[in-house]
Amino acid sequence: MAFRTLVTKKSVRSSFEQIRGLQTTAFALPDLDYDYGALEPAISGEIMKLHHQKHHQAYVTNYNKALEQLDAAVSKSDSTSIAKLHTALKFNGGGHINHSIFWKNLAPVTEGGGEPPKGSFGGAIDSQFGTLEALVQKMNAEGAALQGSGWVWLGLDKELKRLVVETTANQDPLVSSGANLVPLLGIDVWEHAYYLQYKNVRPDYLKNIWKVINWKFAGEVYEKECPSTG
Amino acid sequence: MAATSTASLLTCAFLPRQGFSESTRSPVWKNKQKQCKRRYGPQVVTAKIELKPPPYMLNALEPHMSKETLEYHWGKHHRGYVDNLNKQIVGTELDGLTLEGVVLVSYNKGDILPAFNNAAQTWNHEFFWESMAPGGGGKPSGDLLKLINRDFGSFEAFVEEFKLAATSQFGSGWAWLAYKANRLDVGNAVNPLPTEEDKKLVVVKSPNAVNPLVWDYFPLLTIDVWEHSYYIDFENRRAEYISTFLEKLVSWETVSMRLEIAKSRSTERDKEAERKRREEEEANLPGGEATEMYLESEGEESEAET
Ligand SMILES: [Fe+2]
Ligand SMILES: [Fe+2]
Repeated sequence: MAFRTLVTKKSVRSSFEQIRGLQTTAFALPDLDYDYGALEPAISGEIMKLHHQKHHQAYVTNYNKALEQLDAAVSKSDSTSIAKLHTALKFNGGGHINHSIFWKNLAPVTEGGGEPPKGSFGGAIDSQFGTLEALVQKMNAEGAALQGSGWVWLGLDKELKRLVVETTANQDPLVSSGANLVPLLGIDVWEHAYYLQYKNVRPDYLKNIWKVINWKFAGEVYEKECPSTG
Repeated sequence: MAATSTASLLTCAFLPRQGFSESTRSPVWKNKQKQCKRRYGPQVVTAKIELKPPPYMLNALEPHMSKETLEYHWGKHHRGYVDNLNKQIVGTELDGLTLEGVVLVSYNKGDILPAFNNAAQTWNHEFFWESMAPGGGGKPSGDLLKLINRDFGSFEAFVEEFKLAATSQFGSGWAWLAYKANRLDVGNAVNPLPTEEDKKLVVVKSPNAVNPLVWDYFPLLTIDVWEHSYYIDFENRRAEYISTFLEKLVSWETVSMRLEIAKSRSTERDKEAERKRREEEEANLPGGEATEMYLESEGEESEAET
């Protein structure tokens, strides 16, 4: 998508091109809707601060850098360089996409964090997984079993209108597992997401994160894709 | 009982065909004959891969790598891999192999078996602890330095390449200095550097648990770039951790020793391959049995000779 945007922009860009560079297309680190310490004790303020200010920022910075290089390569029709940029674009672009969703998936308890999903979304979870608890167990098990770094997702297959649990490696976004998959809830299981607090015990991190999951946000995304008829 | 026998038959037949017998790096079997035979007996062999401690005290790398990091990294992560591995392989056909043997067999040409992650991580961590020493860092010397200069241009150029590999391993994994003594794909894997010259030093990176043994390279040095290896001491600053590792922790003495072993094993291996080639040629003269000869294991071949 970013690629297409750039190509289109390039064709309409005029003499401003040199001066403006990529400023207009650069991605920015989104603000959080809550304070760094607001998810304690489930996730420490120290983790949240580093995760947002350092890790997510690095994905954004390196994504913009890679896009800039892509822009230069495209304008020179340098297909070798374009191909070489693929991994950096996927990794950093994925990192930006995934973390942007992740922050929305969390909320302080005082603002509804951990409150079970309601409405048609809650109904869909029950009918597909039996209970919310069963879904949580499934995501915890898959998240704990994931080798190395990655994400565990609750997604919606918008064609089949079905909920799916998936994992992705490293910073692969959910859409890389299927073009119809829309992420509703993503849990970061990179060690940086929990190490300062939970060290090697990833299952404890997974157990506690549900106390600050923003089900309301996931429900809104679900509703958008599957509007309830009632 | 019958199932066990079949499994061990499969393993014993499986190993030489994968080309592992060509490697004289270290035997896949602790004792091939004995292990194969033992599987037929009534006793259950208990898997016991050991948790090998670092060759120094846990606080010996301070201030460059904290005691706390080693307490978790060795005491929890490494231990976890060992414990889980032993649980996974006990009573299976992998039980009784050396650790390196489990790594190679469970890699299964990239279509990894469940034991691979724990086995390779156990191997990698042992190798990582021994890649460091209190008062390490600085520059290598002797043959190792000569080869580094020959294959990278200079020590500084090697450092740059190693740092790049370690920083650009997106996600969890490892960066390596290895001695590459093969040209083409090996029985077990697609060679990541198939066109490179033979018998030279290379820098490679690998995701998660993968290590250069599976490409039939001789690993000489490694750095763990899973976040757990640096997060307590350096938080997100991976580059700083990598520099500190190179400047203050690498045991070039160990790397030199590993290089000597790699070179002599590679020479042995060449001799062995040459011997096999000649045998094959001789067998080809009357015609017929050549293929079968090639597939036999070392033990059986030497029996045939007597
Ligand atoms: Fe993250
Ligand atoms: Fe590690």
